[in-house]
Amino acid sequence: MSIFIDRDTRLVVQGITGREGGFHTRQMLEYGTTVVAGVTPGKGGQKFEDTVPIFNIVADAVRSTNANCSVIYVPPMAAAGAIFEAVDAGVPLVVCITEGIPVMHMSRVMPFVRSRGARLIGPNCPGLITPGCSKVGIIPGNICAPGRVGLVSRSGTLTYEVVNHLTRSGIGQSTCVGIGGDPIIGTDFIDCLRAFQEDPGTDAIVVIGEIGGTDEQNAASFVKEKVTKPVVGFIAGQTAPKGRRMGHAGAIISGSSGTAEEKLAAFEAAGIGVMRRPVDVVALLKSRL
Amino acid sequence: MNLHEYQARALLKAAGIPMLDGDVASTPTEAESIARRLGGTVVIKAQVHAGGRGKAGGVKLARNPSEALDHAAEILGMSIKGLEVHKVLVVPAADIASESYLGLIMDRETQRPVFMVSSAGGIDIEEVAAKTPEKILRLPVDPTYGLLPHQALTLAFALYRDFNQVKAAARMMEQLYTVFTGNGCSLAEINPLATTPAGQVLALDAKIVIDDNELFWRPDLGLLRDDTAEEPSEAAARRANLSFIKLEGNVGCVVNGAGLAMATMDLVKYYGGEPANFLDIGGSSNPEKVISALKIITSDPNVKAILFNIFGGITRTDDVANGIVAATRQFKVKVPIVIRLTGTNETTAIKILEAVGMRALSDMDQAVEQVVRLAREAA
Repeated sequence: MSIFIDRDTRLVVQGITGREGGFHTRQMLEYGTTVVAGVTPGKGGQKFEDTVPIFNIVADAVRSTNANCSVIYVPPMAAAGAIFEAVDAGVPLVVCITEGIPVMHMSRVMPFVRSRGARLIGPNCPGLITPGCSKVGIIPGNICAPGRVGLVSRSGTLTYEVVNHLTRSGIGQSTCVGIGGDPIIGTDFIDCLRAFQEDPGTDAIVVIGEIGGTDEQNAASFVKEKVTKPVVGFIAGQTAPKGRRMGHAGAIISGSSGTAEEKLAAFEAAGIGVMRRPVDVVALLKSRL
Repeated sequence: MNLHEYQARALLKAAGIPMLDGDVASTPTEAESIARRLGGTVVIKAQVHAGGRGKAGGVKLARNPSEALDHAAEILGMSIKGLEVHKVLVVPAADIASESYLGLIMDRETQRPVFMVSSAGGIDIEEVAAKTPEKILRLPVDPTYGLLPHQALTLAFALYRDFNQVKAAARMMEQLYTVFTGNGCSLAEINPLATTPAGQVLALDAKIVIDDNELFWRPDLGLLRDDTAEEPSEAAARRANLSFIKLEGNVGCVVNGAGLAMATMDLVKYYGGEPANFLDIGGSSNPEKVISALKIITSDPNVKAILFNIFGGITRTDDVANGIVAATRQFKVKVPIVIRLTGTNETTAIKILEAVGMRALSDMDQAVEQVVRLAREAA
């Protein structure tokens, strides 16, 4: 079992003929993801690698292939439009990998996504993977293994670091979700925690947060009230200075709010096992499973 | 990207927001002639990206042009929180009857622009927000519809009783919203929003922060960036498309990915060291980026040892290895380098490094412990 994606996921890739889109589509196909279509305006009728049909418009791809999930690799200036298009075509799950979308664009996208009842993951995220089954995005498949620990993270490579520790210690994952490092994102920690709590295939949850905003604090309250499965967590940015954007547009301590200490304290108060180092994930999980 | 006050004023003025006439000067004589043109008492304000300008002596009253000349000469070239003042704003000193706060931010929680107004103006709004949040009216705007007339009125009535002032303020709310959305702002603030004894509503000070992601297709806004207001190494990093922040420690860090970069800094601290920087070389790293990164880090004399922490996903670790080898051929790196790499193409990467006598570790903790020890030994 898993959350958000599984064997029935039928993927359309927006920006399939681009450099990133093409590279990662090959990786996803290799991993076993059911990629049913690609979209690049002007290249409709062609095929990607002689196998995946390309369409001009997402709605055409959905009509012809019954795609139920989209992944977006288009450049930042076209990415908000690509999300609108996928949601407008009725795609229920849209994963946006693109980094660098202006926050103003996202503030226009989100009311539309919600009004259509769709789920957006990202933007500026590595996507998600249900090991041994399907991956949508850019998380390297070889570091993951099927299992029963769910993982949700605001980061990319830090997620790989933690997943790698898990896999090498024989702890497999139900689903790993990268929710993205931007200030406005479609799916937050709570959405993932709720899904993992309800997923019979998940026994424990790893939460990887970072400085900036109050998402981790809200997640901690949710864990305290609604999550009965063991949760362990990590917060990156304990040594980050105030007022500076640490790479991710969302990773910024404003005033005295959004600090790592504040978030770690919220985790501890909610009974979440706090990892001081990424490697601690293994021992902490083993002690709680 | 932060704008200077004089730049923010220009954007507000273009939108029709009423404010006092004023101008920016780079020399004392320029300041003097602006003061002469404005007449009467003026305020000379340092243009730097730092709070607490007044307390640092960067804001001064001048009763006549010759005082303006003297004060500008004192302020220009002075250093406020490590930033040198290159420009001063000269504006008439206003008679103030009341001071309010008016701000518009892109709010993460509601995922939309949120107006904040408070009749407790002219002071640190963050402090008001923390201590007496009830004194601030917050109003989220759905960007699909924009600021609606009744919303603008609601905000204005929270500040003023006099209906003429209410109408003037409501109009300014709409103008500020236009500035905010038209320039990709993450913050647009008028503090104080003042009334004069004659009843006029005026913007006296302005602060604007532009979302860095907007600059890609708004090169006109990018031109407003003041390179001299940045740490030189940070400006160099930005030109090389690296995400870099200089810190005070002695362990240089080169990492791929922002989250892992922060976690690496934290781990340096965990093992008793102090990171010298935050540096994310990004996803698809070509060797050139690694060379730029090493140049920037080695230019910091505090750096006693350098750590590479690369988890290959999209980033190919062999690209990074090639970059390290090329960089060390181009210029001599005088401090020890510890390399941790794992993931995509790591076998090739290790061979590339071993061919020039360098070693690569695969474990993050081991690498951080080692680099912290080397930095301590060299210090």
